[in-house]
Amino acid sequence: MSIYVDRHTKVLVQGLTGSQGRFYGLRNRAYGTQVVAGVTPKKGGTEVEGIPVFDTVDEAVVRTGATASMVSVPAPFAPEAVLEAAEAGVELVVCLTEGIPAHDEARVYNRLRRDHPETRLIGPNCPGILTPGECNIGFIPAEVAQAGGPVGIVSRSGTLTYQALQELGQHGVGVTTCVGIGGDPVPGTSFVEALASFEADPETRAVIMFGEIGGSAEEEAAEFIAAEMHTPVVSYIAGVTAPPGKKMGHAGAIVSGNKGTAQAKMAALEAAGAKVGGNPTEAAELMVEVVAGL
Amino acid sequence: MDLFEYQGKQLFASYGIPASPGAVALTAAQATEGADRIGYPVVVKAQVLVGGRGKAGGIQLANDAHEVEAHARRILGMRIKGHTVGTVWIEKVSDIAEEFYASFTLDRAAKAHLGMLSRQGGVDIEDVAATEPDAIARIHVDPVDGLTESDCREWIDAAGLPEEARAGTLDLLLKLYRAYTDGDCDLVEINPLVLTPDGRVHALDAKVTLDDNAAFRHPEWDAYESTQVLDHREAEAKAKGLQYVGLEGTVGIIANGAGLAMSTCDVVNQVGGKPANFLDIGGGANAEVMANALEVINNDDGVRSIFINIFGGITRGEEVANGIVAALGRVELRAPIVVRLDGTNAEEGRGILRDHESDMLRSSPAMLDAARVAVELAATS
Repeated sequence: MSIYVDRHTKVLVQGLTGSQGRFYGLRNRAYGTQVVAGVTPKKGGTEVEGIPVFDTVDEAVVRTGATASMVSVPAPFAPEAVLEAAEAGVELVVCLTEGIPAHDEARVYNRLRRDHPETRLIGPNCPGILTPGECNIGFIPAEVAQAGGPVGIVSRSGTLTYQALQELGQHGVGVTTCVGIGGDPVPGTSFVEALASFEADPETRAVIMFGEIGGSAEEEAAEFIAAEMHTPVVSYIAGVTAPPGKKMGHAGAIVSGNKGTAQAKMAALEAAGAKVGGNPTEAAELMVEVVAGL
Repeated sequence: MDLFEYQGKQLFASYGIPASPGAVALTAAQATEGADRIGYPVVVKAQVLVGGRGKAGGIQLANDAHEVEAHARRILGMRIKGHTVGTVWIEKVSDIAEEFYASFTLDRAAKAHLGMLSRQGGVDIEDVAATEPDAIARIHVDPVDGLTESDCREWIDAAGLPEEARAGTLDLLLKLYRAYTDGDCDLVEINPLVLTPDGRVHALDAKVTLDDNAAFRHPEWDAYESTQVLDHREAEAKAKGLQYVGLEGTVGIIANGAGLAMSTCDVVNQVGGKPANFLDIGGGANAEVMANALEVINNDDGVRSIFINIFGGITRGEEVANGIVAALGRVELRAPIVVRLDGTNAEEGRGILRDHESDMLRSSPAMLDAARVAVELAATS
């Protein structure tokens, strides 16, 4: 079992004809993902290495039965691309695009919740989602991952997601699903939602969560872990040494005053019963112990 | 990007928000000229992007041209919390009956815009929030619906603003919300928002942070770029499109992705080193970007070793390796490099690096081990 994506997921790529969309769309297909369609306005009727391209998401869904979309279009067009996918009834939209204005993200989030509650958005500014051996949507280098569980991974940072996958893989620990929720201020899927999905998945018997400084998403996750979760959680928070008031690359990663610091987040997670590692390697080692004890 | 007070007020003015009339001055002569035009008395205000300028002597009252000149001379060039004052704002003195606080920002947890309004302005709002949370009226605004006049009216009632201030504040807040949304701001804050004895409200200060991601639809922001104050390393990095934050240590850091870059700083610290910087080359970085990043790090006198930590997803290993090799040919490195390369096309990348390995370039496959080597090199070189 897995969450959100599996071998039956049929993926369309919004922006398949762009260089990034093409590279990762084809890479995802080579991994075994069912990449069934591309969408690029005015390029309908063409194809990319045998994948048919349509003008609109609606047409692509009707013709191919796609259930998920990978959005790989430039930031100025990404908000409308996400909404177009939702309007066409796509269940899962994975938005890889970085650099979307925060107000646009907030607008899209609320529009989806109100008008398209059946659509799940992952991202934006995220590396994607991977169910090893079944489906990979996005940038995650799936070859470092081992399939089969029992660990679920959720992370705000792309590269730290890969780090977690690799560390677990090197210890021979498998992964059910790995979700990169993205580092932006208003992610479509939060830590809490991903944790809840893992909690409900019988195959996921432990969860590794990689957070970052800034915002309060990790603190909210800690509350959820304490109140609702029976599945053990191991965590790591990046940015212990970040100076306050400096923006560390991600729109999400900024500390103001003593709010959103790594220390505060680690303390909240520990108080909630999660194990917290001081670096990614240590977190993976903690997870290996947890898995050994299952 | 943070705006200076005067830029914030100019932005507010373009949305019809009343603010005190004023003039920008880079010299004492410009200051007196501006003051003569505005009319006395005036306030001479240091333009810096940190709080506490009043306490530091950066805000002075002047009754005539002579006083304006004296204050401007003293304030220009003054250091306030590490920031050198390069600009003063000359402003007409306001008569103040009462001081309020107003702001809009994005509440990430609520996924909505958050407005805050308080009758207790002119003081640190975080102190008010801590000691008297009920003194701040909060409103969540759905980004799809926007701020309606009736909701805004209720919000002002909840803040308990005096009757004579309500109409003016309603008009001002609706305009401020528009400046915040249409202007793609992360934050707009007026503290204090003043009520004058004759019943008018206007912005006495302006704090504005722009969302850099929205720059593509705001060509007018180009004007702010030239006034940004960065340290020379940050300025160079910015010119090359890199996400760089200068720190105080000796291990130069280059990583892909903000999370991994922060984590790299953390790990360097844990094994006894001090990062010289945070540098995120971002997703999909190519050889050119890597070469630029190495140049920026190499120009930092404090750097004793360089730790390149790349886990390729969107970034491809062979591109990274080619960038390192290109940089080796382009710049004379002052500090040895330790590279940890993993992920997409990592094998190819490591193969390229293998042919160039030396005392100045080593490779280590694990993040923690690579950090140890980099810290050791920083201590001995």
